[in-house]
Amino acid sequence: MDSKQSGTISLLQGNEAIVKGALAAGCRFFAGYPITPASEIAELMSINLPKVGGTFIQMEDEIAGIGAIIGASLAGVKSLTATSGPGFSLMQENLGFACITETPCVIVNVMRGGPSTGLPTSPGQGDVMQARWGTHGIHPIVVLSVSSVLDSFEITIHAFNISEKYRIPVIILSDEVVAHTRESITIPDQTGFEEVNRIKPSVPPEWYHPYEDNSRGVPPMASFGDGYRHHVTGLVHDVHGYPTQRVDEIDAFQRRQFRKITNGFYEIQMTKSTMLDDAEIAVIAYGSVSRSALRAIKMARERGIKAGLLHLITLFPFPRQTAEQVLRQCRAVLVPEMNLGQISREVKRVNLSSKIEKINRIDGQLITPEEIFKKLLEM
Amino acid sequence: MEEKMMAESARLRHEYLRHDKKFPHVWCPGCGIGIVLGSLIRAIDSLGLDKDELVLASGIGCSGRLPVYVDFNTIHTTHGRALTFATGIKLANPSLTVMTVMGDGDATAIGGNHFIHAARRNLNLTAIIINNQIYGMTGGQYSPTTPYGSNSATSVYGHIEHAFSIAELAVTAGASYVARGTVYHVPALDKLIARGIEKEGFSVIEIMSNCHTQYGRRNKMPDPVTMMKWFRDQAVSVSRAAKMEAAELEGKFTIGILADRDKPSYTSEYQHIREQALHQEKKK
Ligand SMILES: Cc1ncc(C[n+]2csc(CCOP(=O)(O)OP(=O)(O)O)c2C)c(N)n1
Ligand code: SF4
Repeated sequence: MDSKQSGTISLLQGNEAIVKGALAAGCRFFAGYPITPASEIAELMSINLPKVGGTFIQMEDEIAGIGAIIGASLAGVKSLTATSGPGFSLMQENLGFACITETPCVIVNVMRGGPSTGLPTSPGQGDVMQARWGTHGIHPIVVLSVSSVLDSFEITIHAFNISEKYRIPVIILSDEVVAHTRESITIPDQTGFEEVNRIKPSVPPEWYHPYEDNSRGVPPMASFGDGYRHHVTGLVHDVHGYPTQRVDEIDAFQRRQFRKITNGFYEIQMTKSTMLDDAEIAVIAYGSVSRSALRAIKMARERGIKAGLLHLITLFPFPRQTAEQVLRQCRAVLVPEMNLGQISREVKRVNLSSKIEKINRIDGQLITPEEIFKKLLEM
Repeated sequence: MEEKMMAESARLRHEYLRHDKKFPHVWCPGCGIGIVLGSLIRAIDSLGLDKDELVLASGIGCSGRLPVYVDFNTIHTTHGRALTFATGIKLANPSLTVMTVMGDGDATAIGGNHFIHAARRNLNLTAIIINNQIYGMTGGQYSPTTPYGSNSATSVYGHIEHAFSIAELAVTAGASYVARGTVYHVPALDKLIARGIEKEGFSVIEIMSNCHTQYGRRNKMPDPVTMMKWFRDQAVSVSRAAKMEAAELEGKFTIGILADRDKPSYTSEYQHIREQALHQEKKK
């Protein structure tokens, strides 16, 4: 999406931009439970959804919030919920239900310090691995991160589009700094958006097999009420959606889940490269830390150090190919994170020869450009 | 007479059960859940509802396995959460008739919070709760409705907790319609369910049902017939109970309609919200 096209200039917080992005992407249902620093998303949805014929509901807890958005999506309406650490923990079981039933939906986790009630008003990046592996069992998932107000708007649209196209829940990881920072952005005119909708079945109802494989690995999805009566279950199921114990059906089902995402790597794995062309050392960062990193590599360049930045938007599926290129090219790579090393593990996993350095802060404070710059000088 | 009944049964099975879902079903022979399935189908048939517009959601448990057999839009969700999914479905498409079927543990232990809030919210949903007083699927551990003093896999020394009355809980929480029936009083049950589906607002039908395998076996009622007799002898109609002393009602339960009241449902209220929001937007 070209963010420089014509539109309205607005001064927004990250959370507000997520709401604008969701509405622009066609989201018409929100269910959730209040929690700092995510509550503004629910509040703004409660104001804006009824104006566009959508529905907002405040549920009794986050388990109910995600249950309701999965239900709404099965009835054909694009749906969002938003929370922070404690609520995200509660959502994990139903998140797995969305995975196994391939129900599109978007879940925002505005990360704060944890575990438990932790640091409610400080940023953190401690939930990265939880976003990937929090629900039990093998499953693919898409995890995107936002680093700015503009990102919060644009990436939310991407999140809905990916979710619809691949029939998969998409998690957006924001953090307290992004959520509450005000920046002015240009919201492009409606016509500027690409809005992707799930593919509906085109066969007559008696021919419809809701979980049948095809070349993309993404079966067309009928909504409840469309005349395609079918069964949806959290048990591993056959192509009809009925529970199965057949080894061949189980294997085929599980593998299709991964294949459909692998097929889409080219568009799901989003990164932004800055000054990487001739870089000898690089920073790989995401979320608000990538903003500090951007500043730091510029400071390094001013000193004649050939530093570059790989800003990860997609955290999972981990953009391996792009990361490998950077790792091959640079003699050392720095991964700063507001945790003790979660994405750095992914970087190490795909690394062959580079030296990998880390900066970790877990005191509820943002990693500063100076900290990153100082480390770059040592590398 | 018998021939006519068989023909009627064949018609209902043909019309409402899935043809591509092969029986036998998962339940023990004689389980009350099958009787509930029959009642539900007859209730829906009596209302003449379009199958394309019907949604049946369940949680996890023996009762949770019911939806897969019926030819509606069906969803077998997570343990205790059927009402949360049903809430989303109903709000996303209010023209659908959305029902849930839950077990006693499903609805009032792990899902208890969702249950009382759904009743309070008065969303137009029908909740059928199959109360077999035990956790059937996991092997007979006690549930929130296991009677005081009875035996279960986790209360072999006698149960020391007191049981919930599901229907009364629903009345207090604000449901528009609350009824209790049993798998012994079947013609009455068909009507209680039909009335619940028809009713605008949140409807609860609690159904006393036999799990002879897990509950009866441990409590001197090892077969379906003994349990049926127990339902017959313990059930007192709401109207008769009103004339009885509390002491006489000890150990018994009421059947019939416990509440049938009119309150605006959530979906109609939300429509006003939309109109108000639009109106304010236009004024700007
Ligand atoms: C989160 C979670 N905890 C525990 C279970 C295991 N479990 C499955 S069914 C069940 C209880 C079933 O009892 P009830 O809800 O009364 O239904 P019934 O089987 O008697 O119909 C339990 C505890 C589960 N599936 N999910
Ligand atoms: S265990 Fe009990 S509830 Fe489950 S099928 Fe058997 S009799 Fe029915």
